[in-house]
Amino acid sequence: MLKVTLARLRQGHHTFKYPDGPPPQLPDRFLGRPTIDAAQCPADCNACVRACPTSAITVKDNQPVIDMGKCLFCADCAKACPQQTIKFSDNYCLAARRRQELLVADNQAARRCDVAMDKNLKKLFGRSLKLRQVSAGGCNACEADTNVLNTLAWDLGRFGIQFVASPRHADGLLITGPVTQNMLLALKKTYDAIPEPRIVIAVGACAVSGGPYIDHEQANNGTDAVVPVDLYIPGCPPHPLTILDGLIRFLGRSDAKAIKS
Amino acid sequence: MSDSQLSILTNGQAVRLGAIPVLAFDRFRQAILDGVAAGQRVSALFGHATLQSELTQLYVVMADDEQNLLYAGRTEIQGDQFPSLTPDCPQVHLFEREIAEQFGLKPIGHPWLKPVRYHRSQTGRDAWGRSLDQPIQPAVGDFFRVEGDEVHEVAVGPVHAGIIEPGHFRFQCHGEQVFHLEIALGFQHRGVEQAMVGGPDNRSIHYAQTLAGDTTIAHTTAYCQLLEALARCQKTARAQMLRGVALELERLANHVGDLGALANDVGFLPTASYCGRIRGDYLNMTALLCGNRFGRGMIRPGGVGFDIDAARASELLRRLEKAEKETAIAINLLWETPSVMARFENTGLLPREIAVQLGIVGPAARASGLVRDIRQDQPSGIFRFSNLLGSTCETGDVFGRAFVRWLEIQQSIKFIREQVATIPDGLPLVSIGALAPESFAVTLDEGWRGEVCHVAITDPHGRFARYKIVDPSFHNWPALAYVLRGQEISDFPLCNKSFNLSYCGHDL
Repeated sequence: MLKVTLARLRQGHHTFKYPDGPPPQLPDRFLGRPTIDAAQCPADCNACVRACPTSAITVKDNQPVIDMGKCLFCADCAKACPQQTIKFSDNYCLAARRRQELLVADNQAARRCDVAMDKNLKKLFGRSLKLRQVSAGGCNACEADTNVLNTLAWDLGRFGIQFVASPRHADGLLITGPVTQNMLLALKKTYDAIPEPRIVIAVGACAVSGGPYIDHEQANNGTDAVVPVDLYIPGCPPHPLTILDGLIRFLGRSDAKAIKS
Repeated sequence: MSDSQLSILTNGQAVRLGAIPVLAFDRFRQAILDGVAAGQRVSALFGHATLQSELTQLYVVMADDEQNLLYAGRTEIQGDQFPSLTPDCPQVHLFEREIAEQFGLKPIGHPWLKPVRYHRSQTGRDAWGRSLDQPIQPAVGDFFRVEGDEVHEVAVGPVHAGIIEPGHFRFQCHGEQVFHLEIALGFQHRGVEQAMVGGPDNRSIHYAQTLAGDTTIAHTTAYCQLLEALARCQKTARAQMLRGVALELERLANHVGDLGALANDVGFLPTASYCGRIRGDYLNMTALLCGNRFGRGMIRPGGVGFDIDAARASELLRRLEKAEKETAIAINLLWETPSVMARFENTGLLPREIAVQLGIVGPAARASGLVRDIRQDQPSGIFRFSNLLGSTCETGDVFGRAFVRWLEIQQSIKFIREQVATIPDGLPLVSIGALAPESFAVTLDEGWRGEVCHVAITDPHGRFARYKIVDPSFHNWPALAYVLRGQEISDFPLCNKSFNLSYCGHDL
């Protein structure tokens, strides 16, 4: 017992103060929200379009548009670009309520979407959101970086968010994976088993659009094809901070405000 | 070995396809059985369609750990069946089921011929005679059943209670005791092997990176090594070293996470909570190198995607030293706590002979006393020049699998420290040319779960005609089913975590 107590003392305190303090430091090579400086874009170049593994980039009238929902944040586009048109910022606030809000055509590194749930849902879930996680063919990276939110540094429970064992106990689903054919029925049944009102959160490129598995006959291009989605969190995988930011702003918390108990 | 033999290769070597002898089926079969009897392992056994629909080729890659060599051979099957090797060679059981499912070739005499991933075959044939308008339902089929008044069946999954990948477990129980566990996977089948055909293209490396998302470095390294073998590309020593560091960081993060999860499953919260946090510190070391916690973008064909300078290297070493101390405090509590040891010891026993018969790899094999580790047995990259000590345990129980992880954690930290202290000069990345046409190449590396094997066959244009991936979990899932026999069902999560296998690595 003494050893355990000593170990506890030596481990110290690691829970992040965020959002009541600064967020944990992201790696300097972190690839967050892309920015597009369209003025730099050479005419008829399309190098980025060809480089992108998931066809996340379209160019119209010399204006590239990156679909963060398909984006793997691999930066192959930025490497292929001869002009530094595309860069990846350190903005980790990537979540969006609507699929089209994931399209990026601008140069605003600091942009983020308003993702708060509507007032009625906030009354029900704002201080207690129970989620059931379904991995619908995910590679385990999104699952791992979601799981890490339950560890002590992130401590998701202090926001009233908890993952539960049964859809019967849940207020909503958190889905990862491109929704493989072999998980289609299981996902539908799990969704149907959740009492209404219920919400769905799609985490990761696969769940948002199919990710690397876009247009595979073995998968369904993400969650939209199967259940209605209330919150999209792009990334491959999204950093735990991106997932956490999305979840707590979804509940109507903002960065600067403290929890009122 | 006698002459009817298989081609000799080394890890990361490409040969002309014509150099792989086409053996008559009986000689092919005998070569495999002789090899296994001589202590070799089957790293891959897979099918490849030919231009004639009635003719299918079967390829084998065998690993001789003593001689640090690989043996490759092939045979041709005319028609829709072949005699199963499984009754004489249990470790090919799942490979044969996979061949049946992918090519509609029935292995006659296979003791448990069930689908693996629940999808249609590439040919018009179906080994189970299912018609095209009959949908294939994953995991639905006959399970091994025990009949009796007091016997009950417990079915778990595909959706599991935690945040975890999907799979189906069917237990035959008598009270608390499990008589038999059968595992049915395939829920995450995404069609990666099929998608690789015709590549490499700009999506190919992303398939390698997300095959098993927590094994990005090992699988991407194997994929890149194949390209480098086929393009005769020499990487720099600097790139080799950085790849090795990334691989060991991946091992560290996962082993620390696993030990925390094992502690959680026995209700020992101190280690569970500390390791949950410390695992993140190792992931952040990988992110220090390349911006991504799982190492996406780190391994590229020709080397690594990110270089390291003196400042970054000393930051890595500083973090490593801090994490080393904290890891030791957290993990040593496990061995010193009687209630934890009482749960770990003698639970989930995998006897050595069974591990050999089933062809088990990785820490699970080493925990049963088998000395097998690709970094020593078939070294490639930096592991040809640098030695890590092998970590084994004799007990074969949950304690053994946990303790081997602890030994490996210590070895990996030492390795990283040594490598980063003396980084060789040179470029992090060299360019890579076209792939040799009509060639055959194999690479293996030691992922944190065990042996990762990638095999590629190129067509006359140097594009992939066949791409075979064997994740270590493909070998090891049956070990979990085996160890549950005679265990209490309440020990299932503990046994499961002690292996911590990949569902998606198996399902591809």
